[in-house]
Amino acid sequence: MRSTRAVELSTGLFVLLGFAALFFLVTQITNRELSINGNSYEVYAHFENIGSLKPGAAVSVAGVTIGRVESITFDQQIYKAVVRMRINSRYDKIPVDSDASIMTSGLLGGQYIGLTIGGAEEYLRDGDQIQFVQDALVLENLINQLVATFSRRGDEQGARPAEEDQ
Amino acid sequence: MAPDQQTQHASPEPAAGAIIEIRDVHYSVGGRAIFSGLNLSIPRGRVTAIMGPSGTGKTTLLRLITGQIKPDRGQILFDGIDVSHLRPRELFALRRRMGMLFQNGALLTDLSVFENVAFPLREHTKLPEPLIRHIVLTKLQAVGLRGAAQLMPAELSGGMARRVALARAMATDPDVLIYDEPFTGLDPISMGMIVRLVRQMNRALGITSLVVSHDVEELGHLADMGFIIAGGKVAAQGTFSELRQTDSQIVNQFVNGLPDGPVPFHYPAPSYFEQLLA
Amino acid sequence: MTLLRELFDSLRNFVATVGAVALFFGRLLVQLPRALLRPRLVIEQIYNAGALSLVIIMTCGLFVGMVLGLQGYDLLQRFGSEDALGTGAALALIKELGPVVTALLFAGRAGTALASEIGLMRATDQLAALEMMAVDPVRRVVAPRFLGGLIAVPLLTMIFIAIGIFGVQLIGVQQLGVDAAAFWSQMRSSVDVDDVMEGLIKGFVFGTACSLIAVYEGYTAIPTPEGVGRATTRTVVISAVLTLLLDYMLTAVMLS
Repeated sequence: MRSTRAVELSTGLFVLLGFAALFFLVTQITNRELSINGNSYEVYAHFENIGSLKPGAAVSVAGVTIGRVESITFDQQIYKAVVRMRINSRYDKIPVDSDASIMTSGLLGGQYIGLTIGGAEEYLRDGDQIQFVQDALVLENLINQLVATFSRRGDEQGARPAEEDQ
Repeated sequence: MAPDQQTQHASPEPAAGAIIEIRDVHYSVGGRAIFSGLNLSIPRGRVTAIMGPSGTGKTTLLRLITGQIKPDRGQILFDGIDVSHLRPRELFALRRRMGMLFQNGALLTDLSVFENVAFPLREHTKLPEPLIRHIVLTKLQAVGLRGAAQLMPAELSGGMARRVALARAMATDPDVLIYDEPFTGLDPISMGMIVRLVRQMNRALGITSLVVSHDVEELGHLADMGFIIAGGKVAAQGTFSELRQTDSQIVNQFVNGLPDGPVPFHYPAPSYFEQLLA
Repeated sequence: MTLLRELFDSLRNFVATVGAVALFFGRLLVQLPRALLRPRLVIEQIYNAGALSLVIIMTCGLFVGMVLGLQGYDLLQRFGSEDALGTGAALALIKELGPVVTALLFAGRAGTALASEIGLMRATDQLAALEMMAVDPVRRVVAPRFLGGLIAVPLLTMIFIAIGIFGVQLIGVQQLGVDAAAFWSQMRSSVDVDDVMEGLIKGFVFGTACSLIAVYEGYTAIPTPEGVGRATTRTVVISAVLTLLLDYMLTAVMLS
C-alpha cells in the first residue's frame, strides 16, 4: 500500500499547484485594473458613431487604463449612442472639458476610448457628461470621403481640358 | 426434464426451526426459466448443502436469498421476513445478519487484510479503535492468518484469500453464513482447512451455514443435509446417505458422477449418422 | 422495413442508455454528501485522478503552448501583428484548448483507469461483497472516484493553461523575438477574468461528464475480461465525443 503520507503530500502539491495556476491566470494574465469592483464613478458621453466599441472596452488616459465601458445604448430622443464609462475613483481629477475619442489599438486590436485632458479647473464627477467627443473612424466613411475627394479632383481635371478646347 | 422425477416438496407451512424458507419461487432470465416452483427450507443452526449440475442456478438461488435479485413469483423468507418485498434500507439491515463468502473471496483490493476484516465494523459500528483491533485479530486468529494482517489481498494465495473473506464475513457475527463454491480451484490442503473452518464456525458459534457447491465428495464430509436442484426444482433432499440411495436418475447421475444420464453427454445435435452422410 | 426497424431499435437503445446514465447520476448525487463525510477516500481519488495525471498534463500543456507559439507567430506576422500573439494564444488556451485537451487527456489517463478499476471490482465480486456487507457500492466506491475526478479536472485545466502560456512565451518571446512587454501587456489588456471563469466552468462541466462516463461504464461493465476491456474503450470514445459536443454547446451559450 502506498504510504498515506506520500499520497497526502502529492495530493496537496497537486491542489496547491492548481490553485497557484488559477491565481496566476487571474492576476497575471488578465487586466485587473479593468475590473473595477470597488470605488468608481460613472460618466457618459454621446457619440454619433461608436464603430465597433464594445462594453468592457478600456477607457484610458495617456495610454493608461483608468476604467472601462460599462454600457452602450441608443438614445432615440437625440439619435445618438450613449456610452457609459466606469472610472476608478483613484482618478478623480479629470477636467470636465476633457475630450473622449474612440480609437483603435493596433491593426487587429479592439476599439477603446481615449481621453485627452482638457484645461478646466472643474473635475468630472459621478453622472457627469463628457461634452467633447470624437467619433470612431469608420473605414467605409473614410474611403467614401477619399473617393469623393479624388472624384472631385478628377472632375476638375477632366473639366479643364474641355475648357481649353473651347 | 426427467419423467420419473420425484420432486419432494418441502411443506408449505414454516418448518420448525427453519431460518430460510423458499416457497414456490419462479424465476426466469430472458424467457429461460431458471426456477419453476422451487421449495426448500434451510434448518437453523445446521450445515446445509445445495448441489446441482452446472447451470442449474445455484448462484442465482444465493442472489435470490440475499435479495440481490427478485423472484418473478413466490416467497423467500429469511427468519419470517419476505426478502423480495423489502425496501433497500430494510434489506441492508437484514443483510447485516448474513455473511457471504464469494467464490474468490472478493476482498477489497485496495485495503490490507486487516482493513478488509475491519471494514464491516468501521462501516456499521462506531466502535473505538482498540476494540476493532481486538475483534479483527481474534477473527484472523480463528482462520489462522493473524500473521498476514498487513499483507495486501494481491499477495495472498486463493485459499488464504478465502480464509480472510471468512474472517471478514464473521466480523459482524452474522446468524447465517453463505458459501458460494468455497472449494473451486483449491488444493486439497486449503480445501481441508476450509472444511474444518466451516464446521468449527457451525459447532462453536451455532451459525447456520449454507454451502453451495457441486463438490459432492467434500460436502459429504461437511454438511448435515443437502438439496439437489435440477430442472428448476428440488430433485432430492435429505442426508447424504439418503441422497445416495435416491432412485431418481438425475440424482443418481449427479451423486455418483456418471458421464451420461438425464444430463446428456452429447450436446443436442442432429443424428450423427445423417450429418456424416450429408 | 427491417432497416427502419433497426433504426428505431438503436434509437430506443440510445434513449434508454441516456436514461440509465441520468438515473445513475441521480443515485450518485444523492450519495455525494455522504461520501464527503469520508474525506480520506476522496483525497485518495484526487491523488489518483489529479496528482498522477500531473506529469502528462504539464508535458502536453507545454507542447501545445509551444505549437501555438509557432503557429500563432506564423499567422500573425502575415498581418504584422506579432504583438497580439500573447492575446491570441492565451485566449485560445483559456477558452478552448486548455479545458478540451485536459478533458481528453483525463479521459485517456484517469477515466480508463477508473472504468477498469470499477469494472474489475464488479468482475471479482467486490461490488457484490459490499452490497452483502450492507454497504452501498455507489457511496463507498463510485462517489469518491467521481468526486475526485470532478475536483481534479478544473485544477488540471488551470495547470495546463498556465504551462501552455509559458510554452507560448518560450517560443514567441524567447525564440522568435516577440517583444516581451508587448506580449504580456497586450495579453493583460484583452484577457478578462470572465474568460478565465469560462475556462474554469468548462473544466468543471467536462470533469463531471468524463468522470460520470468513466464510473458508469465501469459500474455497468459486463463482469468478464472482454467486458471490462470494452468498458474502458467506450469510456474514452464517449468521453471524447461528449466533451467536444458539450464544448460546442457551452461555447454557443457563453458567446451569446
